[in-house]
Amino acid sequence: MDSSTIDVTLGEVAASLALVAVAIAVSFWRRTELEGDIAVAVVRSAVQLIAIGYVIQAIFDEDSLVLVFALIAVMVVFGTFQARARSRRVPSAFWPLLVALGAAGVATLGLVVALGIFEPEPQFLVPVGGMVVGNAMTAAAVALNRLGDEMTDRARQIEATLALGATSTQAAAPILRRSLRSGTIALIDSTKTTGLIFFPGTMVGMLLAGADPTDAVRLQLILLWVLLGSVAIAALLATTLAYRNFFTPAHQLREPPEP
Amino acid sequence: MLFELEGVSLTRAGKRVLVDLTAQLPEGASCVAGPSGSGKSTLLRLLNRLADPESGRVLYRDADVRDRDVLELRREACLVPQLPGLLEGTVADNVKFAAGCAHREPDVGHLLGLAGLDPTYADRDGNRLSVGEQQRVMLARALAVEPRVLLLDEPTSALDSDARDAVEGTLLDLRERLDISLVLVTHDLAQARRMADWVVRVEAGRAVEQGPVGELIGARG
Repeated sequence: MDSSTIDVTLGEVAASLALVAVAIAVSFWRRTELEGDIAVAVVRSAVQLIAIGYVIQAIFDEDSLVLVFALIAVMVVFGTFQARARSRRVPSAFWPLLVALGAAGVATLGLVVALGIFEPEPQFLVPVGGMVVGNAMTAAAVALNRLGDEMTDRARQIEATLALGATSTQAAAPILRRSLRSGTIALIDSTKTTGLIFFPGTMVGMLLAGADPTDAVRLQLILLWVLLGSVAIAALLATTLAYRNFFTPAHQLREPPEP
Repeated sequence: MLFELEGVSLTRAGKRVLVDLTAQLPEGASCVAGPSGSGKSTLLRLLNRLADPESGRVLYRDADVRDRDVLELRREACLVPQLPGLLEGTVADNVKFAAGCAHREPDVGHLLGLAGLDPTYADRDGNRLSVGEQQRVMLARALAVEPRVLLLDEPTSALDSDARDAVEGTLLDLRERLDISLVLVTHDLAQARRMADWVVRVEAGRAVEQGPVGELIGARG
């Protein structure tokens, strides 16, 4: 690979499969039985990224904001299905997740354009939108996973609180707080350690592409800080909308604890 | 009449827990007695609408509980469930939370005293107390909403005999001092005799017998 350009040959991509072979070898050696998952991950990543590469190229060629929003809408829907799979203990999690991811995407992209951080052009909105939706999906899924576990495991305490005349919002408040923390803490921690323990993806990509390190750092900071806002919006909306599904309008648990 | 249940039925997880149950619970101290799994705890939960029956109705002081504001009903007829039920935090946090639900400013020390606890318990972590102490904190927390009725679900089932006697003494004392009614769920007929004036015996989700304690179980004691 030429050190000053971003030309990557198929041969170079294929060479990186050597490291995949290492992962599969580790799996065989330690009998973790992850070979199948690794193979699926490699094939899916290749197919999905190649496909999205063509889609992005087409959007750039068309230079159409409508297509940008259509692409982000598709990402939101796929992200919602993916997050719902990790929120099985939350009843009717689909709509809270869809609203959370959609709102996080729209609000974040709207703000970065309104603040003049990025131009409203496909070149900026597509990659930033993808990062925002991806991180929002992870945050919302983690938050709802925690919400579902705690609402089920702590049903006795919740009902004991309702029995005092507390509203469902009051009874769920400590769990909502912990769920929101769970959804956002990973990104906060990685933001704290960025530059010390790891280099984030955007910065690495720009440096590999030969960009000036100062520019790479500035862009990375923008993206890190934008993502903090978007994951907070996603986790907040997902938990705030989803916890209601555990209660009836009469502030009763839909699935009360065993006596 | 304090509570009346008219033809109440409830199914849970595919099992009929209450079957066309009809019972009355007068003012004063009443007991709902029966073996484990007979549906007595579920019956108690219907009284302040932690659950609703699929058929039949529940009356509180002659009015259908569904016609009352549910939060007001729960503050007036406050249920003390089986442990664990405390929130994270100190004893005082728990008592203040409960009082806040009823928009009241609690005298934590006084409430702990009513429940038979020393005021120094206020700053202790509620979940690190003994079972008997937690039970008393649950009681103090319920008293913080200033209820007119206490619904108690097996309040001494996890206690040894000394602690049980102490909690029973506290409940009888509260009834005298605060003039509140008690509805107590128990599997122990001897406790029903000690604590209540009226008893409803529940078996397999049906009220099989009800009346003054002296007539129903006093003589058999």
